[in-house]
Amino acid sequence: MSRYFTDEHEWIDVEGEIATVGITDYAQEQLGDIVFVELPAEGTTFEKGDDAAVVESVKAASDVYAPISGEVVETNSALEDEPALVNSDAEEDGWFFKLRLTDATELEGLMNEAAYKKFVASL
Amino acid sequence: MSGTDDVAHLEEDLPLQDLPLDAWHRAKGARMVGFAGYHMPIQYEGIMAEHAWVREQAGLFDVSHMGQLSFSGEGVDSALEQLLPSDIQGLKPFRQRYSMLLDEEGGILDDLMVSRLGDGAFDGADIYMVVNGATKYDDIGWMIEHLPDEVVMNHMDEQALLALQGPQAGDALASLIPETADLLFMQSGLFTWRGVPLWISRSGYTGEDGFEISVPGEDAKLLADALCALPQVKPIGLGARDSLRLEAGLPLYGHDLTPAVSTIAADLGFAIQKRRREEGGFIGHARVMKELADGPGARRVGLRIEGRLPAREGAKIYAGSVEVGAVTSGGFAPTVGAPIAMAWVSTPHSAIDTALEIEVRGKRIAAAVAPMPFVPHRYRRKA
Repeated sequence: MSRYFTDEHEWIDVEGEIATVGITDYAQEQLGDIVFVELPAEGTTFEKGDDAAVVESVKAASDVYAPISGEVVETNSALEDEPALVNSDAEEDGWFFKLRLTDATELEGLMNEAAYKKFVASL
Repeated sequence: MSGTDDVAHLEEDLPLQDLPLDAWHRAKGARMVGFAGYHMPIQYEGIMAEHAWVREQAGLFDVSHMGQLSFSGEGVDSALEQLLPSDIQGLKPFRQRYSMLLDEEGGILDDLMVSRLGDGAFDGADIYMVVNGATKYDDIGWMIEHLPDEVVMNHMDEQALLALQGPQAGDALASLIPETADLLFMQSGLFTWRGVPLWISRSGYTGEDGFEISVPGEDAKLLADALCALPQVKPIGLGARDSLRLEAGLPLYGHDLTPAVSTIAADLGFAIQKRRREEGGFIGHARVMKELADGPGARRVGLRIEGRLPAREGAKIYAGSVEVGAVTSGGFAPTVGAPIAMAWVSTPHSAIDTALEIEVRGKRIAAAVAPMPFVPHRYRRKA
């Protein structure tokens, strides 16, 4: 399994043709206390960059974009009852949705963990 | 990800200024954002935890961005009564009132606190006023234009303003200044602490008991350190200030109140005492009288929202297919444990328990008009 990162502060775990997407620990830290996560319906197809989810913190709503193109095959139903999972475990149990990739070459331009760490340090 | 700093965009092109406690906030781990032209702390450990702390203990807020003004001179009371709809002549020394500046059409230019000074505070001035930070220069301009030359207005921008709020605020402040224990809600006084003059009022904007403390900027750090050394006091950011005041049903200028809305419609008629309603003689009086007689076309109301999805400022409100209003501030209410909102709704749909729908990202969510405050006020009044 490989983990990729975007400059929009999302992480993507790829296993075969399935990609699990979430927001990074840095992102949840910036957002503050998360009170609601609006997830896409299963079966929705996204082009890279489409609005995919909305994270509501106490102070604001923030869009999460589809980091890659694909079809939603599963969403994290645990977030309905416990949106704060995104704060406590953003990069594991706080995942958002899984996509069936339509174009694996889109992964090529993304960062690995070391590059993302460097990117965050530069902000 | 986008939109992480909802307050930052309020700022225009001017460079942000630093307030006296800027370095203090940063040393305490605050996340700073631009607000009302200044770098301000939005949060320290997190809005939910800070909000809960203020409801249970005591929180220290830096509100030094607000405008502190003093007024003195011949005829100051009657001059201010031209600008404010509240009874100033009947305002006793050391007493404070909530009031507002109105334009000729009765629209609200700002909301504010006005007090009668005493004991020689602020160089012996007569009246003290605290106005909103984002509007203070407009307010000053408006008042310069409308006050007679005999009245001297002083913008005390060398003063910092701290708010200590929460059920433990009384004990906390009394441990530094025992005499403050005698103050009741909306009373104020001049106190001296370690040689520093402090003008303290028992008031605030969280719905909790507490104080607002005007302190010379150069002494603000000393006071903030002394307060935060107490076990019941922590610094609290603007984020929790907003969620606390929303639960308390207190309107925020620039959001719930604007020049487009009037005092009676905003449910702030309590700020206009009987004599002023009858006699008038203030800018905007005609609108007040008309709305008292005929009722306003729309009202400021509270909304409770079903489910967990917050409705934010700007969300449209519907009764069936008819648009009847808009949310002016909204978010998740930590003490209530659910989303709540403040809104403007046309009068026929403004009665308590009226069922409405709010449109959020193309979906309708169920809401109902709710009494405010959402969380009961706990001011310290006479027993």
